[in-house]
Amino acid sequence: MSKSHTITSRLLLAALTVAAAGCAAKTSPDVQGAPSPGPPLSAGSPISVPAPPAPSAPPAPVGEPVPVPVRDEVIVASSLDDLNRTSPLQPVFFALDSNSLDQTAQTTLDQNAAVLRKHPSWAVMIEGHCDERGTAEYNLPLGERRAVAVRAHLISLGIPASQIQVVSYGKEFPFDPGHDEAAWAKNRRAHFVITAQ
Amino acid sequence: MFRLALLVALVGVIDLVAIGADPQQPPTPVSQSPTPTPTPQQPTDITTTLTGAGGAPQMAVPAFVPLTRDEATLAAARTISQVLFDDLTFEREFALIPRDTYSSIPAASSLDDVVFDRWRELNIDGLVIGTVQVAEGVLTLEVRLLNVRTRQQAFGRRYTGSPADLRLYAHTVSDELHQQQRALRGVARTKLTFVSDRDGDRLAGTIENRGVKEIYFSDYDGENARRLTVGRTLNITPTWSPDGRSIAYTSYRRGVPNIFISNIYQGTLEELTKDAGNNFLPAWSPDGKRLCFMSTRDGNPELYVVNRDGSNILRLTTHPSIDEAPTWSPSGTQIAFTSDRSGSPQIYIVDADGLGLQKITLESYADRPTWSPPPYNEIAYTARAGRSLDLKVVNMATREVRQLTFGEGDNESPAWAPNGRHLAFVSTRTGRKQIFTVAGDGKNVRQVTRSGNNSYPDWSK
Repeated sequence: MSKSHTITSRLLLAALTVAAAGCAAKTSPDVQGAPSPGPPLSAGSPISVPAPPAPSAPPAPVGEPVPVPVRDEVIVASSLDDLNRTSPLQPVFFALDSNSLDQTAQTTLDQNAAVLRKHPSWAVMIEGHCDERGTAEYNLPLGERRAVAVRAHLISLGIPASQIQVVSYGKEFPFDPGHDEAAWAKNRRAHFVITAQ
Repeated sequence: MFRLALLVALVGVIDLVAIGADPQQPPTPVSQSPTPTPTPQQPTDITTTLTGAGGAPQMAVPAFVPLTRDEATLAAARTISQVLFDDLTFEREFALIPRDTYSSIPAASSLDDVVFDRWRELNIDGLVIGTVQVAEGVLTLEVRLLNVRTRQQAFGRRYTGSPADLRLYAHTVSDELHQQQRALRGVARTKLTFVSDRDGDRLAGTIENRGVKEIYFSDYDGENARRLTVGRTLNITPTWSPDGRSIAYTSYRRGVPNIFISNIYQGTLEELTKDAGNNFLPAWSPDGKRLCFMSTRDGNPELYVVNRDGSNILRLTTHPSIDEAPTWSPSGTQIAFTSDRSGSPQIYIVDADGLGLQKITLESYADRPTWSPPPYNEIAYTARAGRSLDLKVVNMATREVRQLTFGEGDNESPAWAPNGRHLAFVSTRTGRKQIFTVAGDGKNVRQVTRSGNNSYPDWSK
């Protein structure tokens, strides 16, 4: 898709954006009951968990993340926050102390690549995350390695390198505050954030 | 332990401690300039060194005597003597006798008032007495250490200054008593820096519900904690410059991690690295002129050395594995770090020019080396021991390894005290992540932080 075509599409679809956003607010399960859209920080994505640690809280049930079906339509959102709330790019998960991409991860990345091909204007930050069992310091480069592995795979699928940045958060921002295998499995991940539409 | 007989010093050479931190300026921990105050000459005594019968000298530190009954004076007398008691307990050079044991003995404000027979009955070797007065905004403290066996004064000093930071008077007395009596550099006036989410702010700019982590610094005992960064972002791995006037740390304020240097007395900030890869884990050289850090600027986590002003960057490691968490040897000629080049993270040392690589640990997993100050030539590190992370120390002369923690939660990120006798570290033993200190023999564990989650401690030099 050419740049001018993209802009035209976005202009055409801009009129639909308000309606679409309103619709999303009604159906989105994670908005905290607010009838009007709250400030960005008041709502989390489905995979994000409130930060205050609750060591005794029962672990949240974990399913394998369901890959989003590849969409044919161009995704339009009124803001980056709204766009990221819909999680158009799914996270990939890793084994302990590993940055290897297993078959599930590669399938997820195939789908993410398909989405990115439809949105060449997007800039994407890949965040590398680790579980709490490793040391704080070693997890910084380990998270980096995970993000870099994902970036390299996307580049191998034809996504321009200039579209993808990486950052490591080590074990600083666990998605699940629990202290068991289910929580750890969710926290060893590469997480996608769209930073520009 | 050193046991030098110190025959020195005319008592009454008065030390003056100025404590004039300006509360309006966030990063001004302690005033650097002493306030000169004329003081009268004290009687002359010969300094003597206390000895205990066998173990550490038995020491009593009763509450200091307030010379007036106003609230400021009463509070100062109470606080200073209690903090001094705690400071002296910390180094374990003296056996501090519990105060309720001697609460019935009359307080003394001078050598003449001391009921020596009562103290001898309790088998006390050393008695610390003090008087305090706060008048017209000036605190005057007189402290004496009395040798109960010889009934002589072993130490006596007067301190005057602002009553703003009462604890600093006690810390100063503690350090001077340790120096004079034990030839020991105490740590009562040293500081910690660490990362905390205690203020509960949320991260700006993402939809994830993430708490910010900011850099703080405090006294060695966790008191007087002050927040250094206000960026509402992620800030980690703070380290003190050797002169204690700057803190280098990793900040995500530009989206990706870079290393910043905060000059805490001037309130200025320098960017050491800018927009080349992810940059983490700064470590100051012992002379403060260079920093070693980890960067992915060339595509892989490697170690680099750079001048403090950002010039003359040199790559130290070239291996496709992860190399990270550098720490300098006391002489500045070697750097210890973590590498997973053998398949799991282990501690290595290398000469500061990149040659002479040696593997130090044979753990299943080892990280975050921290090289002790002299005279101890030891490297502390975090090891995975069974299900938990625990602290270990390797003696670099003998390569003997000792373990300091044993699965009381996870224990990691050790940092040596400047006298090499203690380590600050992170533990989850009480639930959340908190900073603790432990002596080099694994004893004397103390909790330093209690609010929020706290991590990445570093101890001022």
